[in-house]
Amino acid sequence: MLAYVIRRVFQSLIVLLVVGLVAFSMFRFVGDPVDNMLGQERTQADIERLRTQLGLDQPFPVQYWKFLMNAAQGNFGVSYRQGRPVSDIIAERAPATLELAAVSGLFAIGLGIALGIFTAIRRRGIAANLIMTLSLIGVSLPTFLIGILLIYVFSVELDLLPSFGRGDTVDLGWWTTGFLTQSGLVALILPSITLGLYQMTLIMRLVRSEMLEVLRQDYIRFARARGLKERAVNFRHALKNTLVPVITVTGLQLGSIIAFAIITETVFQWPGVGLLFINAIQFVDIPVMAAYLMLISVMFVAINLIVDLLYFAIDPRLRIDGRHA
Amino acid sequence: MTGIPDTELPSDRPDVLPPSRLRRAWDSDFAFKFRRSPVAVVSAAVVAFLVLAALFAPLIAPYDPFNPASLNLMNGFTAPMEPNAFTGDVFWMGTDDQGRDVFSTILYGMRISLFVGFAAVMLAMLIGVTVGLLAGYVGGWTETLIMRVADVQLTFPAILVAMLIFGVAKGFTPVEYRDQMAIWVLILAIGLSDWVQFARVVRGATLVEKNKEYVQAARLIGRKGPAIMLRHILPNVLSPVLVIATISLALAIIAEATLSFLGVGAPPTQPSLGTLIRIGQGFLFSGEWWILLFPAATLLALALSVNLLGDWLRDALNPRLK
Repeated sequence: MLAYVIRRVFQSLIVLLVVGLVAFSMFRFVGDPVDNMLGQERTQADIERLRTQLGLDQPFPVQYWKFLMNAAQGNFGVSYRQGRPVSDIIAERAPATLELAAVSGLFAIGLGIALGIFTAIRRRGIAANLIMTLSLIGVSLPTFLIGILLIYVFSVELDLLPSFGRGDTVDLGWWTTGFLTQSGLVALILPSITLGLYQMTLIMRLVRSEMLEVLRQDYIRFARARGLKERAVNFRHALKNTLVPVITVTGLQLGSIIAFAIITETVFQWPGVGLLFINAIQFVDIPVMAAYLMLISVMFVAINLIVDLLYFAIDPRLRIDGRHA
Repeated sequence: MTGIPDTELPSDRPDVLPPSRLRRAWDSDFAFKFRRSPVAVVSAAVVAFLVLAALFAPLIAPYDPFNPASLNLMNGFTAPMEPNAFTGDVFWMGTDDQGRDVFSTILYGMRISLFVGFAAVMLAMLIGVTVGLLAGYVGGWTETLIMRVADVQLTFPAILVAMLIFGVAKGFTPVEYRDQMAIWVLILAIGLSDWVQFARVVRGATLVEKNKEYVQAARLIGRKGPAIMLRHILPNVLSPVLVIATISLALAIIAEATLSFLGVGAPPTQPSLGTLIRIGQGFLFSGEWWILLFPAATLLALALSVNLLGDWLRDALNPRLK
């Protein structure tokens, strides 16, 4: 067990080092930072002085090490486009993305599990079949088209919900929240549905197939034979055993929600980190791109590590073979 | 074999020619299954129709949307099938703000979408099949390294990987070439984000094939490793590759549309379907619905039919479902 954990952590660190190298080479090789910082009127002496000052005359590994140390302390340099420290910009944008991700995650899990149970229990009903067909169409629609469709129906035609922005936000120290105002809450509805829909259908289909699997087993038949109510059988006995795979898949999908937030944020002009990243790509704002790359990798690697270790903790069978060679 | 078997083989009778290649293809199991599946026939027809329309776009399109001389700003915002108030011109699918015929831009846009999709899948297939064969046949640390990289890449969503590659590659391209290179950078980004599936499947199939007798026989007569991989193993692992390629094509088309929609893909000078949807979204509130609807519907038809074809192909080529 311990050997496995150590090996996994070690692997994760290597991944992060490689990602760091990619981010660092973007700085090193895309454009000359000295060119970017000095104006037209410069002498060779100015260039030399700035190179020494920035540490650009030092060998590559030393520079890389410094870059990693700075990144680990949250120092990613200054945005080329906005002229402010990248860490400040990201800290300012993060609450918007995290709130959006949290609401869509809750939507995906809540509705996904509920509909999954419903379609499994009423397997032959018309409503269940309709939901399954709709979910197929939902999976094949690209996220941005879903967003546009929702805007068209609910903002343009019905004029019920806002189509862009966060609404009014409240400052709570370093965190700005949209949860406390009415316009903030209303503004969350369409983006959360857009972002969570794919994960919702995924969770729904997973819960449904797991439920159908479990409902066939002997202990369920036995529970029914004991005269337990249908509700108790479905929720107390069956649902509990479907949740292990659901938890792990949901964990892995958490990262996807953050990644796909880029698309949703662009459609709804949501002032989050994803929109920041897309703008950074458009304007080749290297420090912002590098910072986003590092942050998202840390998040993905951490989520994967935790889910892998959770597997290990939940399923005793894995402990004997030790997965991965 | 399908249908009623002949009592005598055609070759026994000198007056009957052996069935032509076309005839044999028509009578094969595969073609029979295809004819029996309405979903497959319809989606293949839609794909063929759209691909042909894109190929012959310069012949079909009533206007050349990239020739400024043929544009008339007076034609801007003409609704579909309604004569323009000033010029009296009629456009099937209306025009955009600059008076470009939406139908023509869709035809040209589909060309870019399909070209990027095909090229990206080719690139992914080339990389994936090569490293998959190597990993499966050579084994050892080559295999460990390749599969570890594949595992790591698989933990990131493909669209995110494509975006990052696009961003990095764009950074490395000199500013003056960025718009010209955008299409190639896009192909590179989507191709590199999608090779893992190919590599995993080819490796798995190679592991099974390499212990079969024909491979041992080839080795015994002294054929070298590359020849065995390419001439003996590769033809036997191609059918799952074909399935993945079809499904990847649908994913690549959607990925391209998504990136272009986000403004980090095809440039406005060479608009793909995604770019057209991005442009159309700007007119959603002012009531010019046709600028958005027609490109979006085309993209959906394309992605959905390729997807359905891929699903059908997977079931048809799966020996376990026979």
